[in-house]
Amino acid sequence: MMKESSVNVLESLPVEMTEIKVSSLGNKLSFVGYKKDSATLKGKLEPYLFLLPTIFLFAMFMYYPFFKTMYLSMGLTNARGHLVEFIGFQNYIDILSSEEFKNSLIITFKFVFYTTIPSLLIGFFLALLANNRVKFGKLSNIMFSVPMAISSASAAIIWSIMFHPTIGLFNNIFKTNIGWLVDPNWSLFSVSLVTTWMNVGVNFIFLYAGLKNIPRELIESASIDGAGYFKKLFTIVMPMISPTLFFVVFMDIMNSFQSFGQVKIMTAGGPGTSTNLLVYSIYKDAFFNGRFDMASAQSIILFIIMFVIALIQFRFEKKGVHYS
Amino acid sequence: MRNKKNKIILTIINIVVGLIIIVPMLYALSISFMTPDEIFTTPINILPKGLYLGNYEQVLNTIPVLTFLINSFIVSTTVTIGQILTSSLSAYTFVFYEFKGKRFLFMAIIATMMIPSEGVIISNYLTIGSWEMLDSYAGMIIPFLTSAMGIFMIRQFFLTVPREFKEASVIDGCTSFQFFCKILMPVSKPIVGALGIYIFLSTWNQYMWPLLTTSKEEMRTVQIGISMLQSSEAQSFGMILAGIIIILIPSIFIFILGQKQLVEGMTSGAIKG
Repeated sequence: MMKESSVNVLESLPVEMTEIKVSSLGNKLSFVGYKKDSATLKGKLEPYLFLLPTIFLFAMFMYYPFFKTMYLSMGLTNARGHLVEFIGFQNYIDILSSEEFKNSLIITFKFVFYTTIPSLLIGFFLALLANNRVKFGKLSNIMFSVPMAISSASAAIIWSIMFHPTIGLFNNIFKTNIGWLVDPNWSLFSVSLVTTWMNVGVNFIFLYAGLKNIPRELIESASIDGAGYFKKLFTIVMPMISPTLFFVVFMDIMNSFQSFGQVKIMTAGGPGTSTNLLVYSIYKDAFFNGRFDMASAQSIILFIIMFVIALIQFRFEKKGVHYS
Repeated sequence: MRNKKNKIILTIINIVVGLIIIVPMLYALSISFMTPDEIFTTPINILPKGLYLGNYEQVLNTIPVLTFLINSFIVSTTVTIGQILTSSLSAYTFVFYEFKGKRFLFMAIIATMMIPSEGVIISNYLTIGSWEMLDSYAGMIIPFLTSAMGIFMIRQFFLTVPREFKEASVIDGCTSFQFFCKILMPVSKPIVGALGIYIFLSTWNQYMWPLLTTSKEEMRTVQIGISMLQSSEAQSFGMILAGIIIILIPSIFIFILGQKQLVEGMTSGAIKG
């Protein structure tokens, strides 16, 4: 409110006076300097013109479909995805009371837990290693981060072959006889392992960039004061990169909830329903069973879950994250 | 003396850990050069006996890899350029203009980051279908021509550009759009480069959307093409992995070229709250 009223005052002044005002007010009001622009009709329309493509695209492919999904979730749809009968919240009631959905939900939460924590720890460990400034640093940085360049499809196929019971790498190296992807006790672990590997690269990049942003002097002065490695790690490094850690955890959780390619390729939700993540169940309902209504309702439930988790995280951020 | 010894140990640790991380890729590369007999023995061979190229030949005979690569390249490049244009123009408007509804529009855009792609993908599929754009480049490209994350990242960077830049250039007779193209974009190279690499890779690696919207073989992208190899009847591991190596080469090449840029872009203020 304050800002707006001060703009109006300035606009009524002659141009030369505005210039003086602006310079005397300093940075806080520097946008007043574009008064000339915003005085003309063209200048007034310009920002909207610049935003037009973005707004159109978001309206068309984010807001419209999101509301449509909400709408479809409250009815019965035919095979072509058109709503034929409005039934209110019946789909939600059916889903929330079904055993299959409960199973999917539990699996999804386990999966998020199994992937987020290891990816964060490994990514952080790699970032600490890379921050040591050693020889061949560039080479190891590339090796640490290259998983982010690999698609979920490629990663899933390579790992499926590594998980092969007889000729796969794992059973041969560890001399085990585990059905990594065909044993329901192991399948979720195996898919989580692949997903963790896929996340490690991007986590490393973010955390490494975060570490590089910490002023060297800060750590050096702590060394002079006699602080050991771990003391420095917990009292300086961790608080300094807490915004990045927060961002990485947020990103990983959101990505884990939406993991699809690896499940589709490696296990197709199986064996049984042992890797039937929520997203895979949505895909199956929509494109195998032709139940767009049920799929839409599950999407909305997924959205609500992610939204609540995001809210909790941002609440936590206010307490636990230190912004300098 | 002790310091030097530590450095050597750390270097070795870095390299060893790095190699462990890329084991899946080395494994794929190694198997892609093995003959079927070499693959199906126990205990397994870790390295191929020679440079057997039969698997690569078989890939080229089974699926139109070149077509898939071209499709992926067209889609990824267009999406990258489009997203950078819309994101930077929007970020520019949000940082350098005051207008009615600015806060609301910005919040409305940022809020879309909360919407999971599954919440919109079904409706988008139906929309693209009703526009008769299934099996077309347009259908694969248009929904991805802007992104909240891109706008947010570039905005964070633009906020660090002194406002006086614009004032000075306007006094020098630049129009607002000229200032954006000729001055602002060039100084934003690190962040735009980092974002560009990120967009290119994530589009190149897209799986669900191209899987849904394409059914004709000549329109498929590399990711879908590669899973076709897996489900093809031959089920030859050597061939599948050779296919993967072929489609990994472009993305890894771009990644190695841009990795430094990625780190620099991120240290230049992109993710600071």
